[in-house]
Amino acid sequence: MDFMVFQYPMITVQACLDGLLLGILFALIAYGMALQWGVMNIINIAQGDLVILGGYIAYFMYLYGIHPAWGVIVSPIIMYFIGVGIYKLVINKVVDRDLFISILATFGISILFMQLMNFAFGADVVLANSGYGTTMLFDNNVTLPNSKIFSAVISIVFAICLVIYMKKSKLGRAIRATAQNARAAKILGVDTEKVYAATFGINAALCGVAGALISITFTIHPYMGLPYTIRSFMIVIVAGLGNLPGVAMSGMGLGVFEEFADYILGTEFRIGAVFLLLVLILVYRRFKLSRKREYLK
Amino acid sequence: MKISRTILSFISAIVILFSTSVTSFAKVVGDKIVLGAAISLTGKYSSNGVHTQNGYNMAVDRINSMGGVKVGGKTYKFEIIYYDDESNPKRAAQLAERLISQDGVEFMLGPYSSGLTKAIAPVTEKYGVPMVEANGASRSLFTKGYKYLFAVLAPANLYLDVAIDLAVEKNNGKPVTVAMAFEQDAFSQDVRLGVLDAIKRTGSKKVIDDKLPKELNDMAATLVKVKQMKPDVLVVSGHTKGALTAIRQIAEMKVDVPMLAMTHCDAAKLSKQHGKNSQYALCASQWHKTLTYKDNFFKDGMTYAADFEKEFGYDPPYQSAESSAALLVFKDAFERANSFDQKKVRDALAATNMQTFYGNIKFAEGGQNVDKPMVLFQVMCDGSGKCENKVVAPTKWASAKLIHPIPKWSER
Repeated sequence: MDFMVFQYPMITVQACLDGLLLGILFALIAYGMALQWGVMNIINIAQGDLVILGGYIAYFMYLYGIHPAWGVIVSPIIMYFIGVGIYKLVINKVVDRDLFISILATFGISILFMQLMNFAFGADVVLANSGYGTTMLFDNNVTLPNSKIFSAVISIVFAICLVIYMKKSKLGRAIRATAQNARAAKILGVDTEKVYAATFGINAALCGVAGALISITFTIHPYMGLPYTIRSFMIVIVAGLGNLPGVAMSGMGLGVFEEFADYILGTEFRIGAVFLLLVLILVYRRFKLSRKREYLK
Repeated sequence: MKISRTILSFISAIVILFSTSVTSFAKVVGDKIVLGAAISLTGKYSSNGVHTQNGYNMAVDRINSMGGVKVGGKTYKFEIIYYDDESNPKRAAQLAERLISQDGVEFMLGPYSSGLTKAIAPVTEKYGVPMVEANGASRSLFTKGYKYLFAVLAPANLYLDVAIDLAVEKNNGKPVTVAMAFEQDAFSQDVRLGVLDAIKRTGSKKVIDDKLPKELNDMAATLVKVKQMKPDVLVVSGHTKGALTAIRQIAEMKVDVPMLAMTHCDAAKLSKQHGKNSQYALCASQWHKTLTYKDNFFKDGMTYAADFEKEFGYDPPYQSAESSAALLVFKDAFERANSFDQKKVRDALAATNMQTFYGNIKFAEGGQNVDKPMVLFQVMCDGSGKCENKVVAPTKWASAKLIHPIPKWSER
């Protein structure tokens, strides 16, 4: 245990800002997961792998001399079609089945993606350099890489666009209707099959954006997907489905929590702390639910 | 007619099966010495696995084309049976078992990484199969009393202790403060032990001792601490991702530290990925092409590098060089043993004392190579942004002078 983070106020500020910027990015991935979970009742274990695949798209653009920031435009477009493809091949066969089957199916997709990426792109850790420089605050005591700020801003922009799209567009309304009651929506003429495909595609596209941002701010590697799946799962569990402000808040909360866990417990327990928090929240939820059940009895 | 044809094809299938199993069911067939190797061709170690395989293949071709191995007045050629261990220790152990008990291999080459070597060593030991490995540096491999394991590379604890000595030397012999960040795997933790020994030996002080996770891609917290504590040396070991992440974030966060020492820089292709930001980083390496060791097969490091590049299209990382050296060691041992008896070959291996283009090779009791020091190179860039790795320590092999302390970011 190391409480240095509280001894120097500048480190506290640094940890909070780092955590917030990171959390916004997590929230974007989690939003995709919440959307598709809410609409299709599928927990996508391959979420993180879609993120990494999106990252590779940006990385390859960078390799061919295109600035990786363009990845946030190109990657979601490609990822949308990949998402629709996955839906048509696998997900549409498990969408009405119980949760266990869909977890198994997406787990399989996750393994497949990891191996395919490893096969296609190699096992090297890679990154895309944006050359964005650094913002210095408080007499150079707090440093914020501009790439992180860029990531947060882009994430917010995409989240807002998506919210507007869901509210205003025809497809958005159909998606929301299907989420509320798929059968009723079907009766009222919504092509739910199309809605499901689009939802999975939108989720993959969001993963594509996040992946492109991660390749600019951190590093990517074929086997690095799972931590992102876990984080978004955890954010969605905390926030609940269909609760966008909740997803944003719990995303940022998780980001800050991780940073502080990193300082206090050590970097090696960073992901461990997330797991622990997940268990605690699940236990707490169960406890709360059982009390509610008793009350209803 | 139809039945007889079926019977005929059945019999021929059996004959084919038999003949193939006969050819693979011996260690020395005709004029071939068959070696076995489980290598990571897929999975997380696949890139270094391929470097290892290329190194092995290069040496096999070279030795075979230059007269092969002479045992008992007869000339033999090397051949290697490869299996893909999928970067998975359990699989590696299974494959070693299969190579030995099914394929009848009696001599083995090592896999890539300490973890996989650790998985295979008990198997080769059980069957008394001599194994020369080139990619497992973890100290724990050499303390278990293995009799049939030989490593051509220097053990992991020697990777970065040179850097601490160098820092003390630059500090006019006075102790220094050290910040450490190490991944929690067998290899990096051994590197850490070596650094701790050096800290103790020089009376220096460790001010940060962070452990990095396997899925590391953010070490901002460690670097913030480094900024606050201002150590004299920052030591990082976390494979390729550790090296890449450290350089990226040190540049982004403008962390000023007089000396930065790392492992796995050439595998990370630091200067290629990070350009000038990687400048001044010190990297521990088993080998560098400018070292002037010599042998009859590859001549020297520069020639090896040129030949390797011609064949495989890239500059050889040290993982390839050490793998090639493993074959040279085997050839030498076979010829000295003048026999294919496993015990005799094992004893000949233990008595190895030779120079290869990769370095001097002489095994200690535990099987590690004690005759080859690690080298440190520093990434140096010229005005146009072209970067090169130059050996700066030990002084005997240095091709450039160490730049110390690293200029501050505000002055770059």
